[in-house]
Amino acid sequence: MAELLFWPALLAYGEAAVAYFGEARRPGLPGRLATWGVRLGWLVQTALLALQAVRADGFPWSSWAGSLNLFVWLVIGAYLIWGCQARFRLLGLAVMPLAVVLFALAHAAGGTGVGHERHYSTLFLVLHVGLVTAAFAGFTLAAALSALYLWQERRLKRHAVSILRLPAPSLYVLDRLVGRTVLVALPAFTLGIVAGLLRLRSDGGSLDALMALTFVTWAVYGSFLVLRVRGWHGRRAAYLALAGFLLVVVMRLGLPVGHFS
Amino acid sequence: MKLWLAGVSHHRAPIAVREKVALSLGQAGALARDLAGADGEAVCLSTCNRTEIYLVGEDDRIDLGAEVQPYAYRLSDEAAALHLFRVAAGLDSMVPGEGEILGQVRAAYEAGTTGPLLDRLFRQALHVGKKVRTQTAIAESPASVSSAAAALAQQVFGELDGREILVIGAGKVSEQAARNLLSRGARIAWVANRTVDRAAKLAERFGGEALPLERVEQELARADVVVSSTSSAGFVLTREQVERALRARRGRPLFLIDLAVPRDLEPAIQELDGCYLYDIDDLQAVVAETMAARRSEAERAEAIVLEGADDFRAWQASLDVVPAIASLRARAEEIRERELQKARGRLSERELEAVASVTSSILNKLLHLPTVRMKEAAAASDGLVYADAVRHLFGLGEEEQ
Repeated sequence: MAELLFWPALLAYGEAAVAYFGEARRPGLPGRLATWGVRLGWLVQTALLALQAVRADGFPWSSWAGSLNLFVWLVIGAYLIWGCQARFRLLGLAVMPLAVVLFALAHAAGGTGVGHERHYSTLFLVLHVGLVTAAFAGFTLAAALSALYLWQERRLKRHAVSILRLPAPSLYVLDRLVGRTVLVALPAFTLGIVAGLLRLRSDGGSLDALMALTFVTWAVYGSFLVLRVRGWHGRRAAYLALAGFLLVVVMRLGLPVGHFS
Repeated sequence: MKLWLAGVSHHRAPIAVREKVALSLGQAGALARDLAGADGEAVCLSTCNRTEIYLVGEDDRIDLGAEVQPYAYRLSDEAAALHLFRVAAGLDSMVPGEGEILGQVRAAYEAGTTGPLLDRLFRQALHVGKKVRTQTAIAESPASVSSAAAALAQQVFGELDGREILVIGAGKVSEQAARNLLSRGARIAWVANRTVDRAAKLAERFGGEALPLERVEQELARADVVVSSTSSAGFVLTREQVERALRARRGRPLFLIDLAVPRDLEPAIQELDGCYLYDIDDLQAVVAETMAARRSEAERAEAIVLEGADDFRAWQASLDVVPAIASLRARAEEIRERELQKARGRLSERELEAVASVTSSILNKLLHLPTVRMKEAAAASDGLVYADAVRHLFGLGEEEQ
């Protein structure tokens, strides 16, 4: 059953990713097809997650691959809030190909199956894995918005003649959205870290490389918010959000095995 | 009844000719009433680019005068309808897809003297015009340098509501660009000019403050958009001046529009972080690109217009068979009623109701296909032949004779 849900979701996401490239070349129908692909894929993936939740004994996304599955769902869910608007469609160019690759990776590593065993309490997993994954989704979206900001800024600086033909959100809107997304994601990240640290203390464990990198990432996003208050907007803020995201990528893909085991 | 169109437009007639036949909305309405007479139909559409008269009648009795005649075009029926649909869609305009024409067509329709034909024609033209604007991107991109400048400012700030504009130079060019920004919600906060008196006049019209050129640098820290068009030989604003002002802006972007030749704003300003400077060449390149996009959208718009013209032609053709269809249905209904009356004494009320319902249903089913076929034949120009055949076969109109 899970397989029956995984493939249509992946297919719909893939169709959306391809259609977004078409939208960038000639705006119109491809953009609408892409939006419907995202909507349909997300609904099917929601059904897949619901099935996993029903069949699992507790929190079903505690494994590395499972959390990746949840992460893709959260990223696309967050994207859907703005992505349905015509001006934000090009954001899909940054989000959807990444989502397709990560979703396929989650499947290959067994994160889209059902009936996994859990080693920790459900409450801890919801707080730690759930919140950290949600924060990662927020940081990913902030990075996509920052990339779109830099692209749009470059077009304005270079006087690109196609700038009014290929509509993108204004610099002001993109900058504000990056700030707001990090503002929401960072508290979730903080709570997730605190839950992890409490567990670590009660288990008597020690810090690993992933945890150290987590603190560095937290510091980068914390600085991002502090500097914004002091007038760091625009290009510099976008680069900082992208730097934070690089750390998220390293955490998400580079150092997962030891931590999840 | 035929549809006639006579008119002049920017395609063939120079302004000296067009202004001879240009009419106000009131004059256009009065002329339409005169031409329509007691029971006719006429609409007069007059804009700065065209004056056209649409008339319904047996013959073309529109006289445009000897002076205008060499520049005029005359069309009838399908060609006239197609022309109006293209006009309403903005495809016949000087700037393809411009939005003003749709409102002008509506105003002419409302001021005109319409009956069944022109009423249907203009309502369909307005529908086609609206459809073209919603289903294609023909009207989305700016078509002038000042509207492109305003659209670019929106690429930086999003909505311009409450954004503050600093206008440098009190000439017509600055004013036009400022008006475009104003129409999108921005506020003209300052007008700076070498002669402060001229700045004061323009500032008063926009509700802003007049400044001497020396105070421009000071206000740069507060402005969001700078529009400059002076006749100064040197730069009015240099990179150093803008750089100093940026320190007080706390990262807020600044959009600068230089419409002057020679340029007012030093090109090196563009290199500063958070500054976006567009000169007249940059803006013209953007407009050229958007106009190309408009032309490509025009192909899609033409398809919508043709579809609308086909619908109108089918409707107009169906008028030939409508009287025959109505007579046929009336005759059938009359026979049914007569037979029901005969049966009234022999049947109970309940039985009569049932029989009435069944016969009505049989009648509708029986006449449905001939009705559809006659309308189809009308659309294929055979309507009159079919209408005559139906009249002959069913003896329609013979009783009256």
